[in-house]
Amino acid sequence: MTHPARIRALTGHRLFWPCVTLILLCLLNTWFNPHFFHLDIRNGHLYGSVIDILNRAAPLMLVSLGMTLVIAIGGIDISVGAVVAISGAIAASLIGGTLVIQNGAPVYVTKVPMLLALLAAVGAALLCGLWNGLLVAGAGMQPIIATLILMVAGRGVAQLITGGQIITVYYEPFFFVGNGYLFGLPFGLYVAAAVLGLLLLLMHRTALGLFIEAVGINAVAARLAGLNTKALVFGIYAFCGAMAGIAGLIICSNVKSADGNNAGLLLELDAILAVTLGGTSLAGGKCSLWGSVLGALIIQTLTYAIYSMGVPPEINLVVKAVVVFAVCLAQSAAFRTMLFQRRLFQRRTGAQS
Amino acid sequence: MPDSISHAIPPDPAEASLGRPDPTALLHMRGISKTFPGVQALAEVDFRLLPGEVHALMGQNGAGKSTLIKVLTGVERPDAGEILLGGQPIAPGSPLEAQKLGISTVYQEVNLCPNLTVAENIHIGRFPMRLGSIDWRATNRAAEALLADLNIHIDVTLPLSLYPVAIQQMVAIARALSTDARILILDEPTSSLDDDEVARLFAAIRTLKARGMAVLFVTHFLEQTYAISDRITVLRNGRLEGEYAARDLPQLQLINKMVGRNIDASRFERTEVLPVDDSVPAFLSARGMGRRGVVQPLDLDVRPGQVLGLGGLLGSGRTETARLLFGVDRSDAGSINVQGQAHQFSSPRDAIRQGIGFCPEDRKTEGIIAELSIRENIILALQAKRGLFRYLPKKRQREIADQYIEKLGIKTPDAEKPIGQLSGGNQQKAMLARWLATDPAMLILDEPTRGIDIAAKLDIMDLVTAQCRKGMAILFISSELPEVLRVSHRLAILRDRKKVGELAGADVTEDNVYHAIASADMPAASVVANTTPGGAA
Repeated sequence: MTHPARIRALTGHRLFWPCVTLILLCLLNTWFNPHFFHLDIRNGHLYGSVIDILNRAAPLMLVSLGMTLVIAIGGIDISVGAVVAISGAIAASLIGGTLVIQNGAPVYVTKVPMLLALLAAVGAALLCGLWNGLLVAGAGMQPIIATLILMVAGRGVAQLITGGQIITVYYEPFFFVGNGYLFGLPFGLYVAAAVLGLLLLLMHRTALGLFIEAVGINAVAARLAGLNTKALVFGIYAFCGAMAGIAGLIICSNVKSADGNNAGLLLELDAILAVTLGGTSLAGGKCSLWGSVLGALIIQTLTYAIYSMGVPPEINLVVKAVVVFAVCLAQSAAFRTMLFQRRLFQRRTGAQS
Repeated sequence: MPDSISHAIPPDPAEASLGRPDPTALLHMRGISKTFPGVQALAEVDFRLLPGEVHALMGQNGAGKSTLIKVLTGVERPDAGEILLGGQPIAPGSPLEAQKLGISTVYQEVNLCPNLTVAENIHIGRFPMRLGSIDWRATNRAAEALLADLNIHIDVTLPLSLYPVAIQQMVAIARALSTDARILILDEPTSSLDDDEVARLFAAIRTLKARGMAVLFVTHFLEQTYAISDRITVLRNGRLEGEYAARDLPQLQLINKMVGRNIDASRFERTEVLPVDDSVPAFLSARGMGRRGVVQPLDLDVRPGQVLGLGGLLGSGRTETARLLFGVDRSDAGSINVQGQAHQFSSPRDAIRQGIGFCPEDRKTEGIIAELSIRENIILALQAKRGLFRYLPKKRQREIADQYIEKLGIKTPDAEKPIGQLSGGNQQKAMLARWLATDPAMLILDEPTRGIDIAAKLDIMDLVTAQCRKGMAILFISSELPEVLRVSHRLAILRDRKKVGELAGADVTEDNVYHAIASADMPAASVVANTTPGGAA
């Protein structure tokens, strides 16, 4: 080792282990599928496994970014999956869509103008977030209980909107949100990138990052220093809700239907996992937006690997859990020190005997 | 008791050489060194503890007291040196191991679980068992007995959080005693106790001492050191300054050894009568301000260029008054006028907008944001005042932080270090810097000198005086009366959550304060009343 200090700085970086994990998963995928990194250009669009993963990871990235901020201020939001379902249900039921022939040309017709439907869906999700914020910041409820309410009720609301049915959307322009391409890349990626960019800007160019960390580490001290902690908590839950709403639109558009029962099911757990894998502590305080994006990619790559390895669907959850367990252990600093110290110990005692 | 104690004790153990193993010592730490990144915390320190003695470990913040204790209790491993307990080398790897060896510790900040009962806290991890389950009756009875030893009689089945900090401290000591300790380490046990409780604690310590227990006592209160200690070890800058019999070391000499330079003893005294000019219009005046069950309605005037001290015993309502003035808690009676304008403060933001700053009593839980850097901690209040979008550029933040680090003498390699790693005195200076950066017209300082060393105390008191001369209005709270007397132009005296008098100018003397407290119209009995649950200090 010529530059031990530089190596230590590299391995000590908070994004080092998430990156290692992602690379290892990609290598695993390449092992099973030599064409994993292969990219094609068809109709001016990039095609390939990597693109597919990025596209499918986009909604999870969005939800994870919102979740990152919620966790950073010392909270948690387990209602995001239900909010995804509500947003999708509203969009699908407002758009509906039929193909009619007008003057010999096929024209897509919606019940409500698409833009209005999209705004309504995201607006409803924002309201959900505001509701969570009201319970946590206003009524002082414990975040997990406060958001549990919407997690349970939200599914009911979504089914109420869809009338207990799966609503199929027949309106081509809407499909662009979840399936469309812009400059060769999936549209969902641009949305995730835009949100990430906006957040990075806010975190580093305004005092938002400082305020969030201060509240997450010591809310009492932050309030005494003059921060409006309630407004901040309120706003962040609202933002998290809105992110879940946008994710809901992408998911709904991707499958061209809304299913109140299953859309975004267990997404909250994936999002929390992504945030944790990205190196943000669930105790709140310091957070890493890039880490959460990596975490979302890790989860999606893992899902892809399980499918490409041909794991029988009935046991793929078990396999996923085992891999997640291994990844969490590998990323745990405490576990690594334990492992390292044991080896040191063995080496020492071995030298003595 | 170990065998080694039965060895004959030479006439004056203090004459034995520190470097060689001392057969009379119950505990002998030899040549202990410990280096943290960038800091030599301990350099070849020797320390001896004899059975049946109370030994005070003295030194300023950063002198190495905490590190020495951490080494002894297995929190940190020494880089060099050895620890002999009863003549046998030991190397505790964790506080639990140290406890099993008979070394029990009561820390400065109460390290108990507030949501568990008193009895549970005392026995946690070592519950008396019967038929495979916890014997609750035995648990509670044993806890009561242990507390009775300390002359505390409380309901041990209530949650710890219902009791004031002073009682919690006693519970922590009872817990330490329940482990058959041979050595009891008390790390600043008295910083949250009032005089009566200190006396009670000392009585308990003397009982333990008579039983042959060795007590290692760390405190910043010099008078208490002399009241209880047999011997004193002084550390300075991580090195051993010397080991002395307490009776052979005059107080002033002790201070000089701790500080390493000669300090004028008069700086602790009220040397001048501070002139009181009542013609200056008050910056803040409270009229009938109070909150039901917290503070009875009272009037206060804080004038620019003057220090208003709040005197009174622990639990008299000093902190509660400060919190109402800063809008931390809402007052439900009376009004607060700032420069003639009536205000209702419903949050600290309201008070800050009027140019008020507040250093809270409990620095760790209400002041610092431990994992953020010194820079971020210093600029936080200023940034909060500017709002989310008028973000101070990093360069400007660093300028502000560096400026105050230099001006207030905050000891740190740089401003980017997490503030939690600083010593108490330096954290307190950073808290002051946080408010000074907002350019306040009035500062409320609640126990700004608690748990910090003498030099830092003097620095902070000098700073208060200097800011006051510049025209700042200051409300000063401290449980150390001499400090309040020294800096205050005027003193408002509280008792039982009620203002009972006000002294100004030449009348501000210790006698007058105690007289005002004692002769107030209510029976003077509530000082010890802290033993009832709910009486938060």
